[in-house]
Amino acid sequence: MTMEDGPTTSAEDSADFSIYGHEDQDQLLPQLVAHLHEHRTKLRQEWASRIQQAHLLHAMTSQEMSAETTSVYDNYVEVLETGSVEALQRYARDLSERIIPRGVETHEVVGIVLLLRDVLARSLFEKYQNDFPLLNRVLDAYEPAANRIANTVAVSFVEERERVIRQQQDAIRELSTPVLPVRERLLILPIIGVLDSERARQLTEQLLTGIRRHRAKVVVIDITGAPDVDAAVANHLVQTVDASRLMGASVIITGLSPEIAQTLVTIGVDLSKMNTIGDLQGGLEEAERLLGFTVTRQNGVDQ
Amino acid sequence: MIPGPALVSILRQGAFLIASINTALDDSQMIRFQEDLIDQIGTHRSRGVIIDVAALDVLDSFGSRTLRNIAEMARLRGALTVIVGIQPDVAYTMVALGMGTGSVHTALDLEEGLIYLNSRVPSTARRRHAEVP
Repeated sequence: MTMEDGPTTSAEDSADFSIYGHEDQDQLLPQLVAHLHEHRTKLRQEWASRIQQAHLLHAMTSQEMSAETTSVYDNYVEVLETGSVEALQRYARDLSERIIPRGVETHEVVGIVLLLRDVLARSLFEKYQNDFPLLNRVLDAYEPAANRIANTVAVSFVEERERVIRQQQDAIRELSTPVLPVRERLLILPIIGVLDSERARQLTEQLLTGIRRHRAKVVVIDITGAPDVDAAVANHLVQTVDASRLMGASVIITGLSPEIAQTLVTIGVDLSKMNTIGDLQGGLEEAERLLGFTVTRQNGVDQ
Repeated sequence: MIPGPALVSILRQGAFLIASINTALDDSQMIRFQEDLIDQIGTHRSRGVIIDVAALDVLDSFGSRTLRNIAEMARLRGALTVIVGIQPDVAYTMVALGMGTGSVHTALDLEEGLIYLNSRVPSTARRRHAEVP
């Protein structure tokens, strides 16, 4: 549908509206837009009250909501008027950027746009209820444009959200897994957060180069901070242990939670070659024993 | 015996032999290395073998299998083998492709390998070698 020439030709054709002939539906839109401009305040308030009834957007204060609903309404009508969604797209993206960090969900955004669509459609029903064929044609012109608007807003919101998610994923990836020397020839590797295959690969690489750099003989891998371990990650850990052994370092795994222990045994990962110890403290003690360190408390120091 | 100059230098150090692989070897060169090494264990009556692969950035499945075989052959000839200097990338690739070194001991570098052999080979055996002129 082309709407670009709508406003210029509307005046001469508006007289034809009462005749059920062959008018281009494009000419109905300007009339419709004029109606929406005219009843702007009333419709906008109705829309705002519908939003409140539906319990949407409760993350926003009423002042913010009032400001945003005004902007959305004006943008909405502007799209109907000009047929160009670019301004709305920009606005939707900008709005998403502001409201996503405050926890506004996709269903709320889609919900408010659909509510506005509904409110405006109802007002059109009311206006044209005595002229059913005309109402049909008005809706024919209104519906595609309204659908397009709902679509644009939803897509902009989801795109913005995906952008935020991607940004956060990159941030997580950049939080590299540190390989920390704690004693001569002893490294600890605390694993925090979800291990996907990419991160697991990076971790192995850093551990192996760390072993070389620090001439490590013992490595303690602590997985207290890993929420979940599946078969792929467990097998990767086994590989990491094997590769460390090839470089002459022995590995102690610590911090296996009860859930993880049960999962690993249930899914049947072969961990018989792994040296595991309950917690990081026990792991460090075992590592010190392997390396011949003894730690003693100085006399006279309070506990 | 495969003809041509030996590509791997095999050095005697007391009761041990130190073989340093400095360049990627093809299959026949690998076999040549195996033959030379097993031969020299007998000649020098060695009790330990260190194979240093620090210069290799690739170790294929044939190479790692040959290293395992050499260790087993050396054991039959009375010497303990330790492989040293496996690079991080090589170690990870070997494990990912399922071609570990089996029961062969590995150590970080030559120094560690010597410490391991010294701890495992009885000192009487080492002393006897020291007296050989």
